[in-house]
Amino acid sequence: METVILFGPLVGAIICGFGYKLIGERAALWTATGLLFLACLLSWIVFFTFDGATQQIPVLRYIESGSLATEWAIRMDRLTAIMLIVVTTVSAFVHLYSFGYMDNDPQWKEGESYKPRFFAYLSLFTFAMLLLVTSDNLVQLFTGWEGVGVASYLLIGFYYRKPSANAAAIKAFVVNRIGDFGFALGIFALFFLVDSINLDVIFGQAPELADTRLTFLWGEWNAANLVAFLLFVGAMGKSAQLILHTWLPDAMEGPTPVSALIHAATMVTAGVFLVCRMSPLMEFAPQATAFITVIGAATAFFAATVGLVQTDIKRVIAYSTCSQLGYMFVAAGVGMYSAAMFHLFTHAFFKALLFLGAGSVIHAMHHEQEMTEYGGLRKKIPYTFWAMMIGTLAITGVGIPLTSIGFAGFLSKDAIIESAWAGGSGFGFWALVIAAGMTSFYSWRLIFLTFFGEPRGDRHAHDHAHESPMSMLIPLGVLSLGAVFSGMIWYGSFFGHADQVGRFYGIPVAEAAADAAVAHDEATGGEAAEQGHGAAAGGEAAAAGEHHAAFAGKPGEGALYFAPDNHVLDDAHAAPAWVKVSPFVAMILGLAIAVWFYLVNPALPARLAENQRPLYLFLKNKWYFDEIYDAVFVRPVIGLGRVFWKRGDGSAIDGFLNGVAMGVVPFFTRLAGKAQTGFIFTYAFWMVLGIVALVTWMSIGGGAQ
Amino acid sequence: MMQADLTVILPEIVLAVYAMLALIGAVYSSRDDLAPALVWLTTAVMAGLAVWIATGTGGTRIAFGGMFIDDGFARFSKVAILVSAAVVLVMSQDYMSRRGILRFEYPILVALTSVGMMVMVSAGDLMSLYMGLELHSLALYVVAALRRDNVKSTEAGLKYFVLGALSSGLLLYGASLVYGYAGTTVFAGIVQTVSQDDLSLGLLFGLVFLISGIAFKVSAVPFHMWTPDVYEGSPTPVTAFFATAPKLAAMAMLARILYDAFGGISGDWGQVLALLSLLSMFLGAVAGIAQRDIKRLMAYSSIAHMGYALMGLAAGTEFGVQAMLIYMAIYITMNVGTFAFILMMERDGRPVTDIRALNLYARREPGKALAMLILLFSLAGVPPMLGFFGKFYVLRAAYEGGLIWLAVAGVIASVIGAFYYIRIVYYMYFGDEGEELDTRSSPALWGALMACAAAMILGIVNMFGVEAAAAAAAATLVN
Amino acid sequence: MSVSVFAFYLFSAGAIAGGLFTVLSRQPVHSVLWLILAFISSAGLFVLLGAEFVAMLLVIVYVGAVMVLFLFVVMMLDVDFAELKAEMARYMPLALLIGLVILMQFVMAYGAWDANAAAEGLRAQVISADRHNTEALGVILYDQYFLLFQLAGLILLVAMIGAIVLTLRHRTNIKRQDILAQMYRDPAKAMELRDVKPGQGL
Repeated sequence: METVILFGPLVGAIICGFGYKLIGERAALWTATGLLFLACLLSWIVFFTFDGATQQIPVLRYIESGSLATEWAIRMDRLTAIMLIVVTTVSAFVHLYSFGYMDNDPQWKEGESYKPRFFAYLSLFTFAMLLLVTSDNLVQLFTGWEGVGVASYLLIGFYYRKPSANAAAIKAFVVNRIGDFGFALGIFALFFLVDSINLDVIFGQAPELADTRLTFLWGEWNAANLVAFLLFVGAMGKSAQLILHTWLPDAMEGPTPVSALIHAATMVTAGVFLVCRMSPLMEFAPQATAFITVIGAATAFFAATVGLVQTDIKRVIAYSTCSQLGYMFVAAGVGMYSAAMFHLFTHAFFKALLFLGAGSVIHAMHHEQEMTEYGGLRKKIPYTFWAMMIGTLAITGVGIPLTSIGFAGFLSKDAIIESAWAGGSGFGFWALVIAAGMTSFYSWRLIFLTFFGEPRGDRHAHDHAHESPMSMLIPLGVLSLGAVFSGMIWYGSFFGHADQVGRFYGIPVAEAAADAAVAHDEATGGEAAEQGHGAAAGGEAAAAGEHHAAFAGKPGEGALYFAPDNHVLDDAHAAPAWVKVSPFVAMILGLAIAVWFYLVNPALPARLAENQRPLYLFLKNKWYFDEIYDAVFVRPVIGLGRVFWKRGDGSAIDGFLNGVAMGVVPFFTRLAGKAQTGFIFTYAFWMVLGIVALVTWMSIGGGAQ
Repeated sequence: MMQADLTVILPEIVLAVYAMLALIGAVYSSRDDLAPALVWLTTAVMAGLAVWIATGTGGTRIAFGGMFIDDGFARFSKVAILVSAAVVLVMSQDYMSRRGILRFEYPILVALTSVGMMVMVSAGDLMSLYMGLELHSLALYVVAALRRDNVKSTEAGLKYFVLGALSSGLLLYGASLVYGYAGTTVFAGIVQTVSQDDLSLGLLFGLVFLISGIAFKVSAVPFHMWTPDVYEGSPTPVTAFFATAPKLAAMAMLARILYDAFGGISGDWGQVLALLSLLSMFLGAVAGIAQRDIKRLMAYSSIAHMGYALMGLAAGTEFGVQAMLIYMAIYITMNVGTFAFILMMERDGRPVTDIRALNLYARREPGKALAMLILLFSLAGVPPMLGFFGKFYVLRAAYEGGLIWLAVAGVIASVIGAFYYIRIVYYMYFGDEGEELDTRSSPALWGALMACAAAMILGIVNMFGVEAAAAAAAATLVN
Repeated sequence: MSVSVFAFYLFSAGAIAGGLFTVLSRQPVHSVLWLILAFISSAGLFVLLGAEFVAMLLVIVYVGAVMVLFLFVVMMLDVDFAELKAEMARYMPLALLIGLVILMQFVMAYGAWDANAAAEGLRAQVISADRHNTEALGVILYDQYFLLFQLAGLILLVAMIGAIVLTLRHRTNIKRQDILAQMYRDPAKAMELRDVKPGQGL
């Protein structure tokens, strides 16, 4: 079944990409989509029937070279199961959505066949992503990692007639290379240290790595920290974390379904997945995880600030994605991998929903993406409006405080903020709370600018704004369901009590005191935690169970690993009420300001921007990251490249080779031509000359006495 | 005793007797239109003999007091010679018939020259070696001038004959020196008298003359001068024949004499061969650039290729011999395919040999152009093709034999030489519009071209078993 | 100095001189004549070695047949050797230099003629005195060197075929003698007798 899930999209991509001329365009598209829905269905079956025990399903012999011997296998555990449903579900609905969205694309001329290519890329991407999440060793994972990179490149640059799309594609690829270099170094280091790339072997040796020192560059480092850091560099690139984040907003040049699938729901979360997957290693690398927390929090804050002032609807959501990814990294950094996965899971639904909704708006407005050109679209496209509303409610975290009732984002985001507090990262906590407020502001700003107020911009576009076809609305509906309910349904599994989480992930839970009373206490504690999110009762129960039910098991046992001294889960449940309410308050504040700015007093934002011009420009220009990179890296490198090209390659190497190829060789060619006189006696003369030379040489240098 | 000896040379006897019977039959029937049938019959006989030899008993058998050796090495060479001769013969039929130069003597001469080549590779004595060489050369002189009304063909035959006589003289002089110093002409006897610590200069001179005489046959620089003129002047099917079987025969004969008679002083002849190899590779590569006539170009190509084959021999190891045999087998296949293509080049029914005539050939004949492209890349030694593996083998042999400088030079020369192969590809795919060539092709030529091109690709799997066969052959020669 | 030794030097000198002047003489006819001298001297050397049959063969076949043929050819072709020589003269200095180099080396090599110790044992046996020449030759040719003899035959065959292929022309538009047709010709069919009266035509 897992094999079918994995290879279904590949088969779809091949049939659709190469066979569409044979079987017709429609058949090709439906083949790819049908196979993905099949994969999606099977994934959900796997998810629900999965018992938590890790299993390996070998596919084929992969690499054998010296001591490097590994099989290509599907590693089936809870982490994989979660990723399977996320990837296949979003992908399947994005396929469906693309039927409507990609119809009559103005980028292409009449009669050009672009859709099979698009669907083939989508399916190919899905295959690569599945390859990534199912991998049982790091090289296989890296293959998928690069596979999604390629697919992302192809899809960002899908409108290859637009220079900006090409530039964005190249930028995404190059920036990711930097991260991948770190990732590759991490893999090399691991292979160097444990002589294997199989995850099980690495996990088994993780405790020893914590005590190993490794010389790298100029210093000696703790092996676990160094490796964890290098792997995280890879994750930073793929998940667009600060420093390496610049490619993600530009990636919005791709068609909107791509943004939904790749640059919101799946590929960009691969970094988070990687950190969670390597949790047995991360647990032994305290400095590295601290770094992850800081970077994550900084990204969440930074991206939220930039999101405040963007006017391109997709860019707003892109920065929001960037910011939410920061949240996930904070959770992973403080050791609450489960919360990170929770947010990854819910985020996939509501962010895909937002993107697809935005796509629907763009579709309605004839591919206009500036929010300043929108306004008052509520009536024109009601279904889209409601879908966007649900998405916004989910992302901003609307719910009833101190309970576990609310939209998906409410539960998962609050879980992270509590974890950040419990993990002892003050900076992380405050950065995330402020970011939550700003998230609320820019999300509502998007809604208000788009759907409320007076229509702005081109009248013609507004008059002809129309609701999207069913193929686009169905995905919106399904994802809305996810955005509403996914948090509430799986709250307990991801962020409930330790033994519930342990059962979900297949992690053994130690029972320190084995008497029945305590066991009973735990059970009730678990239920309480499930019912009362952050409620005092739940907190107490969790506190009571704290020392009785901790995660146990060796590294590599179960999908995640929590070190014995990792009490973040329990501490988070025991967090004070103000901590638990703070994100909600921030959200309300953000909403209020948004209402004031864009509904009550629409002239205010412009005035504010005028008054605080430097700040506005600073944010508008994304903290000048692109400009700084351009000045510090890009220009010098281009300059250096030019020098090497003109001087080194052009003058020295080409000059030398051209000299040989056009001067020396033809000279000898002419000489040889001249020797070939056509007269027999010349030929005979040469033969005699040869004989004499050989005889002379032999009599001087030969071995005779 | 005589009977046992005759059993050993039975394949040669069969072919010779066949040739004589065919001659008598053709003369008495006095019908020239018998020639095509005779071509096919000769092909069948040679192919049958090849199968017979290939499937025959193993082991080493010596006949006529050491004058004739039938071992794995000889059998490998004979099979290659017979097969390539048969294939080239088939390829000639259509071309020569249509130009009225297919006479019934042609297949008979090819059969007799094949007998000569078979004797050459089996020779165990300087005298039988010379006899085989002369039998083979004399027939070749005749077929070179087969188009006797054509000045160029006659010139080619004459040049080949005169210079061949000179080279025979050199060879004989060397043989006489060796006989004088070693007291015998049998290889098994010579090898006893030749050793590193008791080597007289006269014997060494004899060796050098012997090598020079044979170097003429393999067209190694500086004994190569006849090659371009003869290749150009001879009828194209004859050129195809020159470029294939005789090269292998001469190369195998060289290996035979060097190892069987002079195995003790491989350091000395290794130097000579290394020098010849170096010169051949570079001259073949450099001089070929100026050529516009594809037959002359193939002449320089074969000179360069012989340089590489000599590199394998120069290494002086068993692996070197194996590398040489593999190289020659691949070389023959490439040349058969390429000449099949050249034989198809014609405009208004007249043969064309100017490479510029191939302008944009790929547009009209994509299949043939692709096959030619594969063959040319293979000749140039571009990696996925079999030609690369041939080069790889000899370079490895040279490297392992301590001739690193020669291997490096070989790589440089192959880069230079790639120019003229790839230029043809350029003409075929990107050239200017020009007068078109005919699209006619005979099934035999088309089949040979496609089969050889396919072999260049498919052969990389296991080289059709040639690698193992060559290793076994080399093992029987060296030790 | 015994007679045989004197004869050896005489014939040797004759052979060398003959060879030298074959190359050097200006007149082609003279060259051929000098060549005949070289052959006869060689025949003398063979006699000294006790190989009378070969000596006679040399005289009869080479001198008597081949050389006479050569003479005819040279006389009939009338090659202008002066022209060829002029062309060659341009290369003479270089050729002389090379000749000198190679000569020095040969002197070096042959000056210290030391055949390998094993070589002596490998030499072929001299035929025993009680066997006459022809018999010994027969044994060698038809027994020991059977293979070489047959191969030589094949070479001659190829030479013959070659000569025919390259020179024989079947002309279709010329008249050939047909002996049978001549013999079986019937006068009755071929001739008609007419009585022609004087002063009248037919």
